Amino acid sequence: MRFVDEFRDPAAARTLLGAIERLAAPDRHHKFMEVCGGHTHTIYRHGIEHLLPANVELVHGPGCPVCVIPMGRVDDAMWLAEQPDVIFTCFGDMMRVPGSNGSLLEAKARGADVRFVYSPLDALALATRNPDRQVVFFALGFETTAPSTAVTLVRARELGVANFSVFCNHVTIVPPLKAILDSPDLRLDGFLGPGHVSTVVGNRPYRFVPEVYGKPIVVAGFEPLDILASVAMLLTQLREGRCEVENQYSRIVRDEGNPAALALMGQVFALRPHFEWRGLGFISQSALRLHDDFAEFDAEQRFAMPGVRVADPKACQCGEVLKGVLKPWECKVFGTACTPETPIGTCMVSPEGACAAYYNFGRMHRDAAHLVARG
Amino acid sequence: MRSDYLSSGPGFAEGEVIERIEAFRRRRPRLRDELVTLAHGAGGKSSAALVDAVFVEAFRNEALEELGDGAVLALPSGERLALSTDSFVVQPLRFPGGSIGHLAVHGTVNDLACSGAVPRWLSAAFVLEEGFPVAELKEIVADMAAAAAAAGVQIVTGDTKVVPRGAADGLFVTTAGVGVIPAGRTFPAVRTGDRLILSGTMGDHGTAVMLARGDLAIEADVDSDTAAVSDLVETLLAAAPGTRWLRDPTRGGVGTTCNELAQATGLGVVLDEAALPVRPVVNGACEMLGIDPLHVANEGKVVAVVGPDEVDDGLAAMRAHPLGRDAVVVGEITEQPGSTVVLRTAFGGTRIVDMLVGDPLPRIC
Repeated sequence: MRFVDEFRDPAAARTLLGAIERLAAPDRHHKFMEVCGGHTHTIYRHGIEHLLPANVELVHGPGCPVCVIPMGRVDDAMWLAEQPDVIFTCFGDMMRVPGSNGSLLEAKARGADVRFVYSPLDALALATRNPDRQVVFFALGFETTAPSTAVTLVRARELGVANFSVFCNHVTIVPPLKAILDSPDLRLDGFLGPGHVSTVVGNRPYRFVPEVYGKPIVVAGFEPLDILASVAMLLTQLREGRCEVENQYSRIVRDEGNPAALALMGQVFALRPHFEWRGLGFISQSALRLHDDFAEFDAEQRFAMPGVRVADPKACQCGEVLKGVLKPWECKVFGTACTPETPIGTCMVSPEGACAAYYNFGRMHRDAAHLVARG
Repeated sequence: MRSDYLSSGPGFAEGEVIERIEAFRRRRPRLRDELVTLAHGAGGKSSAALVDAVFVEAFRNEALEELGDGAVLALPSGERLALSTDSFVVQPLRFPGGSIGHLAVHGTVNDLACSGAVPRWLSAAFVLEEGFPVAELKEIVADMAAAAAAAGVQIVTGDTKVVPRGAADGLFVTTAGVGVIPAGRTFPAVRTGDRLILSGTMGDHGTAVMLARGDLAIEADVDSDTAAVSDLVETLLAAAPGTRWLRDPTRGGVGTTCNELAQATGLGVVLDEAALPVRPVVNGACEMLGIDPLHVANEGKVVAVVGPDEVDDGLAAMRAHPLGRDAVVVGEITEQPGSTVVLRTAFGGTRIVDMLVGDPLPRIC
């Protein structure tokens, strides 16, 4: 497949792996965090973890949009979905995320009209086709998906679609990165920075990572060679004693990001004073709500939602996994009480969740992986 | 507080965790749900739990407990029959490459063929929604007649029910089929070193139906592969009579079929990603949607396990057949890791291939 195969070339991979082996200091253990769930998915799907030398370790970060949604917001979504005359729309992987009273998939089985859509524009189209129903879209995601929600809201206002609203759960990437860097639990040597988010926000927002915290960060693409190249770039920085923001994903990401998308987001959204993240607790100025100019489309204002805070299940350690403190398999309930069929935490639901990626693809000992690879 | 750990280092606890998980996975799945959800129809673990807790529990008998795609039944004369049934609820009813009529015949014929039987007779039962156009029904039935004739089976009995508007979605079809297992045909046990043959490209049917629904805003030319594989299976068995295991990889795709193989035998299945045949357009659509072609349904393919001594003959015979032109060896059976499917990625790594959980595409067949 063009534009994909060239980033999955095994010969290029061997060259990069050789470089990584040479660059990694033999007497040191290097630990890098890949920020995005998309990175995590690629790492496991292509079996990259066990290709890297044993002293170069990747830990998984908070950049999985579904994973960071707290239980209270899922319960709110269930409440919305169960209102009469509501068609509740969301992305497919959100349907299986457990709230305190089951998932949206189960709400659907009980009679709620829950439908999965591929784009918020599909939800808007559903609203125009069903003028006598209230269509609510469960908006979630980082700066990557926020612009498409913004475009949809602008269009909804232009068309005057009165029966459409958005339950906004958009979050921003910098605050959780800061929270992780402030956490005493984790010793990291650098970051594989968010790729798709950076297409919107550019590279500049990450300058605090080297400047304040003294850690290198390389904005990384999502193909397997992108991951290896970014690891090599981080190791090169360490070896050369540099510490800066670099852009491996330059074929897509521009330094200034996407100014048009940013301007649109500024028009449609406003920062919330604080927002609860699954496992990470409340983080100030870390999420978006609809701007007052778009209040008429805000599901939180249109409906008298309960808005109750619900504690995460006790057994679940998604928070520690999202911070990279625990590997998925180090969680107490991983793979036994919590599986993709019976998830307790969000990280086991989304294909970008570290637990789901490890369970589905990576559940293999390093020695076994090497044995199979040799054939 | 842990500050530094080496999860990937040798001898670390990860191996113990993996073993614990594997032991847990071998337990029978338990049904905890109070209501049926779409997940119970997706062919994964939830389906298995429902079948086990509801149907096997109530109907319990030896033939059923095999849980094959068809039951193998011995007559007093010593002859053996295979009996299989399948319901079809695909939406849309017509898609590039076929219709619900073709599927209704091919699905049951293929289950019989992969049980080792020569398919002979089918029944067909229709649930029709009030208001369904007779002209459309005629077209679908004509597709069934053509598919049956091509597969060498007769549709010998049937039933029709009509339900009020809204109580069904257009048309549902259930077929059952009987096939005769040739005398002396047995399938030796699967062994380490056996090869896995796939008869052609993966994921064509699921992709064609998905795109035909038109709600993805992706346009691409993909035809469903719906076809009767009975003749292809006979061709293979003639060239490789020691064939160990056959399955048609429908719902859940080749990945799910390989997991059924690994779990049934306790052995490992190692697949080579570079060898897996996938049409570029199918690969492209799956890539965009974040779906693994290994989990996308096929309706005219066979996965066969053949011993190393017969693999060349079997493969050559399949390739000479019009439905097996793209047949290829995609993997092998290994001792370790037991009960697990592993993929050697084209990139040079290795990963697990699991059953599909949470089917993103209900009503694919």
